[in-house]
Amino acid sequence: MSGHSTYEPKTGFERWLDARLPIVRLGYDSFVDYPTPRNLNYWYTFGGILSLCLATQLISGIILAMHYDVGDAFNSVERIMRDVNHGWLIRYMHANGASMFFIAVYIHMFRGLYYGSYKAPREVLWLLGCVIYLLMMATAFMGYVLPWGQMSFHGAVVITNLFGALPIVGESITTWLWGGFAVDDATLNRFFSLHYLLPFMIAGVVILHIWALHVVGQNNPTGVEPKSKADTLPFTPYATVKDGFAMSVFLILFAFFVFYMPNALGHADNYIPANPLVTPAHIVPEWYFLPFYAILRAVPDKLMGVLAMFGAIACLFALPWLDTSKVRSMRYRPTAKMYFFIFVVACCILGLCGAKLPDDPVIPHVKTFLLIDADLNSFVWLSRAATLYYFGFFLVILPILGLKETPLPVPESIASPALSHPAGLPAHATAAPEMKG
Amino acid sequence: MMLRKLSILAAVAGLMAAGPVLAAGHPLPPKNVEWSFEGPFGKFDQAQLQRGYKVYREVCSACHSMHLVSFRNLGDKGGPFYNAEYKNPNDNPWVKAIAKDYEVADIDSETGDAIKRPATSADRFTSPYPNEAAARAGNGGALPPDMSLLAKARTGGPDYLYSLLTGYVAPPAGLKVGAGQHYNPYMAGDLTASWSGPHDKVPPGGYIAMAAPLKKDLVSFDDGTPSTIDQQAKDVSAFLMWAAEPKMEERKETGFVVILYLLLFSGLLYASYRKVWKNESH
Repeated sequence: MSGHSTYEPKTGFERWLDARLPIVRLGYDSFVDYPTPRNLNYWYTFGGILSLCLATQLISGIILAMHYDVGDAFNSVERIMRDVNHGWLIRYMHANGASMFFIAVYIHMFRGLYYGSYKAPREVLWLLGCVIYLLMMATAFMGYVLPWGQMSFHGAVVITNLFGALPIVGESITTWLWGGFAVDDATLNRFFSLHYLLPFMIAGVVILHIWALHVVGQNNPTGVEPKSKADTLPFTPYATVKDGFAMSVFLILFAFFVFYMPNALGHADNYIPANPLVTPAHIVPEWYFLPFYAILRAVPDKLMGVLAMFGAIACLFALPWLDTSKVRSMRYRPTAKMYFFIFVVACCILGLCGAKLPDDPVIPHVKTFLLIDADLNSFVWLSRAATLYYFGFFLVILPILGLKETPLPVPESIASPALSHPAGLPAHATAAPEMKG
Repeated sequence: MMLRKLSILAAVAGLMAAGPVLAAGHPLPPKNVEWSFEGPFGKFDQAQLQRGYKVYREVCSACHSMHLVSFRNLGDKGGPFYNAEYKNPNDNPWVKAIAKDYEVADIDSETGDAIKRPATSADRFTSPYPNEAAARAGNGGALPPDMSLLAKARTGGPDYLYSLLTGYVAPPAGLKVGAGQHYNPYMAGDLTASWSGPHDKVPPGGYIAMAAPLKKDLVSFDDGTPSTIDQQAKDVSAFLMWAAEPKMEERKETGFVVILYLLLFSGLLYASYRKVWKNESH
């Protein structure tokens, strides 16, 4: 995308290095001169925010691992909280950082969905993103097990048991995952090992993700490819300063959780040491898994529930081929836009349902709303309706809508429509000197 | 068209039979207490922590351990016996005096014999029972939970602890309470099985093995505060919140500076952003 490199080594050392390892050139082409569409809005800053999240998690996690003791997991976490210098800060950063990471990744994914960032030629970019998301879920799940509280332990039991639903091989797989016949010290040990490994795998896939991004170029709110230099601006300083501002605002939210409500996103039961003999009244996963947990519980059959849950993620992988519309941005697809917002609401409803008891009434004090034998005024039925919409959106609405809808006219180029913030000067007049770098 | 199709699908799904619906028992929501440590600038009330410590020492610690807390923690900044004169809590005379009253198990370094010695400020609070089996045997099979994290390990935190301690009431007629059990409307549980009243009027709450532990004037407060059940419950709940989150004051103070810094930094970045983008349409 960036095409011919405009990097010119200025010092003798740079020239010497450039002939041997053009790493400065790579950095320059990727993060300084790299052309970005000039109409990117704040929804496009979450990629940068996510890299900040990953760095925060890696650094805080490496420090935590210096003090964590798998053999005395629960107490060692409390030692970090009480006796390690600023241990409370590092641990709360890491625990809340996971939640912040997921807030950012969900916004990033919804943004991609809305602006059609998965469509040709960005399918591989999207798929790599899905792989990162999958690795993030595995990492977060295993990380939640490490404090070895009640919710850690029983969450691990529930999730690993899901594999037991598979016919024939299920039991062998769970035994293999556990390293024994129950969730035990062996399980905790391997989860710690994998929890340390996976973030580096994420970092590796992130590099591929950015590479793919720099080959095909960024999508933008119009969904129209940049056609000339008038459509783009160099990454530095334009995107850098905007991303930097967004990161700083995001950090305020992050800091608010870390310093003022560090346990709000966790569960009280996880401050009780793991006890295999006492099962918590309600086992709930962390909030970022709740929509999938609701899908799992919406299906009465265990195996089908597990398949539905994995299917929900599989839909994301298949998305580039499910959406048949040639128009990228939903800005020009009014019908699709409506279904998209219903989809966002359905995901939130699923999250809510995952946190509630399945049989509790949705509308309180209205005892029953019976249809045949089903109490429709219950969270399990609400989650069934939302699950249906979740799959309906990917498997029915997107494929059919792309063929049937009439999209609005798409602008010729990024610069040609009336931009929302026009400047006094003609765009290319000021862009040109910057391009020389 | 799509919506119609969806509604038909939903109706079809609705016709499939679901499991029977049971009314789950929920405890009463905890009473809302105003704590000195609430809010972004809230701090522990040191006098309250000292009173709470006394309630813990004289009442709770007979059955409950607090094994994650060391004596020196009492003299840490924000703790019940912090004194600015003694930056190192191990020098704090109150801490030393409190520790000396406890006996801890040790090994004689000369002979290797198991001995008991007076605790030092570096030791942790000792547990009332040598092991879990002994704790259960002494409490009719129930295990008194460790108190180090209790205020964080229960939904509602100190509000819940206070509500539970002050919430003991006579069981409603129609509720069968077994021997060694006590009814408390704030306790988690489901009383449906032992309720003989109307099916839709199952009382809230559950059974707890601990009898109401607090009584008027059970603990005498050195600062002259009237020793009511309400006061004792409030003070010990505040103390347990401190025990669970001893770095809370440091956390909030750091947070204030961090957020102030980030606000200024965001302002600067926003100004730079406006300046950089001034002549660019976007």
